[in-house]
Parts: sequence; structure tokens; C-alpha cells
Amino acid sequence: MSPDAVRKVAKLARLDLSSQEVDTMTRQLAGMLDHFADIDSLDLAAVEPMTQPYPLVNVLRDDVVRPGLDRDEVLSQAPHAQDGRFQVPPIIGLDS
Amino acid sequence: MSVADERATEAAQPVSESFMIDGYELVCGLEVHVELATATKLFSASPNRFGDEPNTNIDPVTLGLPGALPVLNRHAVELAMRIGLALNCTVQPSTFHRKNYFYPDMPKAYQISQYDQPINVDGWLELPGGKRIGIERAHLEEDTGKSTHIGGSGGRIHGSDFSLIDFNRAGVPLVEIVGRPDISTPDEARQYLAELRQILIAVEASDAKMEEGSMRCDANVSVRKPGEPLGTRCEIKNVNSIRSLGKAIEYEARRQVALIESGETIRQETRHWDETDGRTHTLRTKEDADDYRYFLEPDLVPLVPEAAWVEAVRAALPFLPRERRLRLAEATGMAPDSESVMVVVERGQDDYVLSVGERGADVVRALVHVKEAYADQGSQPTVPAGDLAGLILLETSGKLTSTQAKQILADIVSAGGGDAAALAAARGFEAMDELALVGLVEEVIASQAEAWSKFCAGEDKAMGALVGAVMKASQGKADGKAVTALLMSKRTS
Amino acid sequence: MSDQHSDSPTCVGVPSGVPTTASEIARLVKFSEVSAVSVVDAYLRRIEAFESDVHAFNLVTAETARASAQRIDAEIAAGRNPGPLAGVPIALKDNLCTRAVATTCSSRILDGWEPPYDATVIERLRAAGAVFVGKTNLDEFAMGSSTENSAFGPTLNPHDLTRVSGGSSGGSAAAVAAGFATVSLGSDTGGSIRQPAALCGVVGVKPTYGTVSRYGLVAFASSLDQIGPFSTTVRDAAEVLQIISGHDERDSTSIPQGRLDLVSVLERGVEGLRIGRISDLPGGADPEIESRLEEAFDALRAAGATIVDVSLPSMTYALTAYYLIAPAEASSNLARYDGVRYGLRVDAADTNAMYAATREAGFGDEVKRRIMLGTYALSAGYYDAYYGKALKVRRLISDDFDRAYRSVDVIVTPTSPVVAFPVGSKVDDPLSMYLCDIYTIPTNLAGHPAMSVPFGTGEAGLPVGIQILAPTLGEQTMFRVGAELERRATERFPGGR
Repeated sequence: MSPDAVRKVAKLARLDLSSQEVDTMTRQLAGMLDHFADIDSLDLAAVEPMTQPYPLVNVLRDDVVRPGLDRDEVLSQAPHAQDGRFQVPPIIGLDS
Repeated sequence: MSVADERATEAAQPVSESFMIDGYELVCGLEVHVELATATKLFSASPNRFGDEPNTNIDPVTLGLPGALPVLNRHAVELAMRIGLALNCTVQPSTFHRKNYFYPDMPKAYQISQYDQPINVDGWLELPGGKRIGIERAHLEEDTGKSTHIGGSGGRIHGSDFSLIDFNRAGVPLVEIVGRPDISTPDEARQYLAELRQILIAVEASDAKMEEGSMRCDANVSVRKPGEPLGTRCEIKNVNSIRSLGKAIEYEARRQVALIESGETIRQETRHWDETDGRTHTLRTKEDADDYRYFLEPDLVPLVPEAAWVEAVRAALPFLPRERRLRLAEATGMAPDSESVMVVVERGQDDYVLSVGERGADVVRALVHVKEAYADQGSQPTVPAGDLAGLILLETSGKLTSTQAKQILADIVSAGGGDAAALAAARGFEAMDELALVGLVEEVIASQAEAWSKFCAGEDKAMGALVGAVMKASQGKADGKAVTALLMSKRTS
Repeated sequence: MSDQHSDSPTCVGVPSGVPTTASEIARLVKFSEVSAVSVVDAYLRRIEAFESDVHAFNLVTAETARASAQRIDAEIAAGRNPGPLAGVPIALKDNLCTRAVATTCSSRILDGWEPPYDATVIERLRAAGAVFVGKTNLDEFAMGSSTENSAFGPTLNPHDLTRVSGGSSGGSAAAVAAGFATVSLGSDTGGSIRQPAALCGVVGVKPTYGTVSRYGLVAFASSLDQIGPFSTTVRDAAEVLQIISGHDERDSTSIPQGRLDLVSVLERGVEGLRIGRISDLPGGADPEIESRLEEAFDALRAAGATIVDVSLPSMTYALTAYYLIAPAEASSNLARYDGVRYGLRVDAADTNAMYAATREAGFGDEVKRRIMLGTYALSAGYYDAYYGKALKVRRLISDDFDRAYRSVDVIVTPTSPVVAFPVGSKVDDPLSMYLCDIYTIPTNLAGHPAMSVPFGTGEAGLPVGIQILAPTLGEQTMFRVGAELERRATERFPGGR
């Protein structure tokens, strides 16, 4: 866990950390990961990952329209709405 | 202009069985996204409709509001299975994953998709000529919203002042069909897409309209010398029609060959096809690509379709285009990838042709007539099959010449039907009776003595003048084939 | 009133002149022996008197509460039945979506946001006639164990206003302890209901994962979150949990069964039950808390249960597994806060910059820390080492529990290793804060139910909670044991908890 790694992760997470935050974060995360290294000693090769607390399968919904939201109510909560749509600044620097 | 561009903008070679550029072969795989024809979205009960006012088909799940949760649409699963089975895939238990990345038209900043356990795997699509293109997988995922870029040129992001987002399309069910890189020519790619489109429409999974975005295609293209390992591939996006697909693939292959030949290496990247200038341009390189941090979607549970459900879907599959072509080919003796068979099946008029044949008419004539005259008739021709059968019977029994038959057919098609015999009488068409025909032929033999002696001496070319003279003298009522037969028999007698 | 340090001010109590349990209020309001308006007025007066000391609420909805109460009284007068909780004042954790009422998750990034829809649990409580008095404070996005991570300031412990109320549902716990509401709702991902319940001396329940719909609960860690009640009595918790539980078709992880049936078993006692005691429980609890635990086992033994030792060897790895899984899911769940559709936006020249500036300004330190940790645990090259491994450790813990529950019906532990700690004493050491949840975390990983019942006091006379753990859908047995402990606690510690 280095400041470089922290900066990379911050970029992935879209967090604009200050250089002070990067330093603090590096220290704290490194400390946590040290602590979490306790599971490294476990032999987990034959263990199945647990992805669901309760074993449900096949939860499906009928293909029937249900009432949705009112556009005005939703757009009134938008930071910037225009022409019935959500406005954002130029979309640069992102995967499309 | 660079060397690569010069070569790439050369007129396309005529399509041939193999496609080689300076000794390099093309390796191409297609990724096709299909919007499913469901009433509601994949994970929410918002309407799945094209063309509505922006942001009117929304709910908490569509907008990714805090607290919203996804619930899987049963009909979308059914349609996904239809697609998979029609593509000869195995339907298997599957799970959903989150693909995490930021983009304004992605309301949750992750897309729910399928990752290592997709619903359909290991199928194939057979091209009309018989070649099979492997299908690696066909999985379910949700669509994004739509962004409109304001202020730049041509609606592109570059130079725009801002963008406006409409979430009507966000959450619409998609099936992504990933083909293996078995495609070797641009024409095969076009055929693949055309065939896939027909299959999707036949199983009623989608209306597959590229112009409306309900079918989208990206191409992965690389080149190599035969026998060598795979070259670096580039992904081509923004192909908006089947025709463009061929052009884009060809351009890209030539571009890559030119680069390699001039000593450069191919950079693995995503490129944007520009229809107006006929070239691909860099969109982004793989180094810029996001780390998607896939993990199993904890808000959903595994999908394990019961064997009975899968079998019911399989049993309910309609005749697929390939089967239709084979059926029509067998009935007519034509090749399944002959133009007539392919065109008629694509139009959905093959059942019609066969029913004309069932009424006793010659089914090959039926095929030819339908192919030629029914371009605008659609899959439910208005002309009753019996009417066309009647016309063909007159034609094949010699009561109408083929020219006359074509004219009456045109009448029938524009009127939406009609009795061929009555129409023939109305136009004054009659078949010439045999005695009259023999007499006319003998007259012509007498008056065209030079042509006749040449013909008798073995110059078959001379027959043309004789036949023409008979046709003229008969005012078109003589049947060309019958005249030819008579001339031949008189020569030998 | 508890035996507390005489120097510390306290706001523990209940309104006077009105019934103070949900069961009593519902019964008396239904038969018009007391008006819903008089009940809510009494609670609102206590809020007025003590809320500025405690800071349990982000928003007090006094007017709408009174309006609801008036409507209920009118319904009853007209001979209609407004529901089994008619007139009961309830407080709601501010990460539950309430339509047209601000839902902030105690974060600047959602400051002032009013959801256009109600959470399922809100719908069910409304239909039952509940009266909502306000939205309670929490650690930002439910991440924390002290409510000190709230963007709007901490909630203080009514037993001692210099100490924390626990977290993340500190506001909901304090609201019940201070008599601002009869019951409240919280959410529990690693102990966020049970731990503040223990620290505030109230009952807190986390039900089996999937029994209460998460639709409308702002997600923290999707495979761990559950909503549950706080109350002053085990019976009230049972009443409320019955009403909010049961299948919801809008939540794919919702167990397809009806409501839990709990009130009917409360008097059954514990005769013949096998109570598990974890022989390899990670140590480090306050000695006084260990003593209360022994007394709890004694009480249950006296009531006819058998105490059986069980071993949960993987429990010691639970903290690690949790602090890899929960932040990973949270990093994805919180990615939607991007300034595009709702909440805070910090303008910038392009969208990417807007995202980064908005999230930097909108999220507090703990949230940022967990997003970073979670993003890292999922990132390319690290998934197998961190998130992937944690899911396997989760399996080990679940298997340990399954094995244990072959020989016992429930397991009893302390809820928290410490009593309420002074404000500010753990904020600089995140790891020490995480250790507060050491006894509660394993339950969430396994998806099991657990509850905390007040049982005596510890250091400085502060409340101690005893935790009862049960297997999946073992709520009935769990509530039987909880009810018994409550009865015994009342005997042992007369004059309050």
C-alpha cells in the first residue's frame, strides 16, 4: 500500500483526495491490511465462497408495467435539469 | 494521406470465397447487442418503449435511487433462452455480476450483467452457404440511458458545452451475443449479421432494427499470415448498418496490413467507424480502460431454469431461417444459398411459395415469380395463393408465354389478386394453337431462306433471326420455347 | 433510572401521563381510552425538552406527526380500525426512504434530498397506523459504531451525555432510551442495531437476512444489511417486527414466506432449551460485562435451560472477512452518489472532475476510507487475495455456526465488549472502533438473527446488553430467550436497567 497505489484507487473510486489525505489514507489502509493478513494463514483451497446468506434461486417478476415516478417530482430534486433531462458538464475522460 | 489510409480507401475488392490482403488473412469476431421485445425493463417494471418523452419511463430502480433493488423479468429470461436455443447454445444455470464504472448514463455507476456464468454458452450460427460461426455466449445485461451532447460539432462529445441524459432506455433488457473469431471475409460478417437478425425476428425476441438501436454490432478485427498466431485485434464501434459492417471491417483489415507491412505494430485499442469519411479512428486505448471490479450481484439470486421450462422453449421455437431455406431448397431443387431462396425466405414468403405449389402449380415457377414480383408484398402477401397458382398453370400448360405471364402477374400484384385466365382474355392474350404455329414457322422458313439454310448447315446462331421473325409475325403470341422446338425438329426431319 | 454516576446528566426516561409501550398505546388508543394526539404530544414534549442535549434526530416531523395522530383519532371515532400500531410514536433511522421527507443518511451528499417513494417497511408501518415523529441520526451511510461519523454531529448517550450512543443507529437507540419514541427502526450490517441498543440500555433486534424487505433502505452492504426495531420491551420489538417482516416482491433477496409470528411465544419460557456458550470467544470484554454474561447464564439455568459449550474457531477471522466484504459492497453501492440525478453537486469543467469534486466534498472520512478499502479489495489483481478470500472465510464462519446449532438452540454472548465510551475516545483509531463489533459481526456474515437485551450495568453504571444469537429463521426461540432474560433482569436489577 503505497501513496501511488492509493492515488490509483482514488481515481477508480472518483475521490479527489488531497495530498494530506493520500498520506493519512496510505498509513491507515496499510495498518488495516496488516491486521487483515490474519486470513492469509488459512488453507482455503477446498472452501466454497459464500455469496448468499439465504439460498434462494429463480426470483422472477411478471412482465407487467407498474406505475413509475413522476418526471417533475424527480427532476425537482435534480442538481441541474434541462429540457426534461439531467444536465451534466462535458463527458470527458470517461469510458463509454 | 498515410500509406495505411491510401490502401484502405481503395475500392472494395469484389467479394470472393477467400479474402486475402497481400498474403494476410482476416480474423474477425462480432459482438452483437440486442434489445429484447419485453413490455418492461430487465430489473424494473418501467415500460420498455422506444420514442417516448425523455424520462417518462422511470422508477426508483431505473434511476438508481438510494434504496432501489433489482427484480429479474421472467419474459426477458424466456427471450434470452429462445435466442440461445436458436443459436444452438446450451442453456445453463447462471448468475449476475456488477460491472463497475462511472458514466452519466449509468444510473447506479455499475451495470448488472453476466460474467463467468452466462445463461447461454457454446452455440453456433450457420451461414447460408453452410459455414458455421461459433457463438461463445449470449448473456443478459441491462442497457444504459442515452446522452445527447450539446454545443459541439455533429453531436459528438468533443467540444460539447454540456450533455443531457435521458434514462428511458436505462435498464432495457439486452442480450449480448459474442461470436467466436471464425469470420474470414467481410461478406461473411454481413451474412452473419443478416442471418442473426432474421433469427431474432423469427423467434420474436427483438425487432432487431439497427437504425433504431435495437440491434448494435461491434467488430473485433485482426490480421495474420496463414498459420501464424493471432494478431493484435482492434474493436470497431459505431457500425450502424449491415452494409457499413462490411466496409468497416475491410477498411480496418487493410489499415492493419499496411501498418504491419511498414514495420509498425498494431496497438490494441477501440476504434470508431466514421461512415462519412470511410475510416476508423482511435477512440481509446486499452491502457485507459477502467478496472471493472466484477463481483457477484448481492441483490440478485442465481437463475436455474428448470429443464421443463428450457424444453418448452425449445419445443416452441418456430422454423428458423436455415430450416426454411432447406425446406424451400428441397421443394424446388435450388441451392439453399441461391439468391431466390435466400431472398424469399428473408422476406418470409416461403410458406406462400410452398402453398402455391400445393395447389398443383410448378413450385419453381412460383419461387421465381415471387422473388421477382413480391418485393413489396411482405410476409403476408395479399395475392391469394390460388390466384398465382392459376397463372402458373396457364403458363406451364403453354396457354401463356412467359412474357405474357409476367405482365399478368404485374396486374395481379398491383390489384392484390385476380383470375389469370380472365385477365389474359381481357388483354387479348391467347396462346397460339399448334397448327397456326406450325404454319407460321413454315412461312418464316420460306421467307428467311438464307437464315434457314445456315441453320440447317449447323449454325445454331442463325436460329435467333428465325425465332425473332416468328415472334414478330405472331405479334408476341407465339411461345418462344415452342418455336425453338419446332425449328429444331424441322431441321432434323 | 439506572444507578449512574451522579455527576453526569441523563435524559433516560419516558413521558409521563401516557402509556409507554407500543402494546399498551395500541390497545388503549384502539379502545379510545387515550387519544393518539395526547400520546404523540407527550412524546413531542420530551423531544422538545431533551433533544438539544441528545441530538437523536436529523429531523423532527412534529406537524405531520400531530396530523397523523388526529387522523387516527378521527378514524377510531368513526368506528374504523386504523391498524395494530395505531397511535404509536415511531422514530425512523435516516437511511430509510420516506417519501417527500428529507432522507440524508447523515451525509452532506444527500443533505436535503427528499425521496419520491417510501421504503416497504415505511409503507407497512403507515398501514398499521404508526405515527412517525422524526428521522434519526446515524453514522454516515451506516458506517460506524458511535454515530460520531455523522456529518451533522454525534448523538449523545441519554445515560451519560459525555458518551456515545453507539452506532451506526445511535439516534434510533437514543430516541427510545430518552423517551422520544416508543419504538424506532434501525439497520444492522455488522451490529448497528444491537451495539447501540446495548450502549443505550434498550432492546434491539436484527432479524434473519431476508425476513424484512430492504426495498427503500439505503444500501451499505447488500448481503449484510437488515432493518430491525429498537424498543423498551421485548414484546414491543416482537410486535413491530411482526408487522414489518414478510415477503416483498420488490426485494429479490426477500424470503418467500409470511410475517414472523413472535408475540405468541413470549411467555413460553426456556425450559429444556440448550443455550450455547462460546468457549473460544475472542476476549477483551470489560470484566463487568463478563460478570453480567455469567449472571445471564445463571438466570437461564435457573429458568430451566441447559448451558452447553460450543466452539466457533473461525469467529476470530470474522472482523477481517467483514471489513473486506462490507466495504467492497459499499464501494459499489455508493458509486451512484455522483451529482448527476440527486443530492449534492460540486460543479466542474467536465463530468469526471465533477464526480471527484462532488464525492470529495460530500463524503466524510470514514466513508471515504471504506470506499477506498472496498475498491482496493475488488480491484484487478487483488480480488482473489482479499474479497475472494473473505467470501471463503464467510463460509467457514457459517459452517461453524451450523455445526454449533446441532448441539444448541441459541448462543449467548455479550453484545459489546465495552460500555458506552466517551465521545472522541476512538475516532483517531479506526481499528479500535471496528473492534466494538467483534461479537455482532459474525451474525451478519452468516445471515442469522440476533438480539440485544438490557441486562444490568457495567463500568460507571452504564447499561450492558446481552446478545442472543439464533440460527436462520430461529426468531421464535431467540425471542423466548430474550423474554426470559428480560423477566430475570427486571428481578435482578430492580428500578431500571
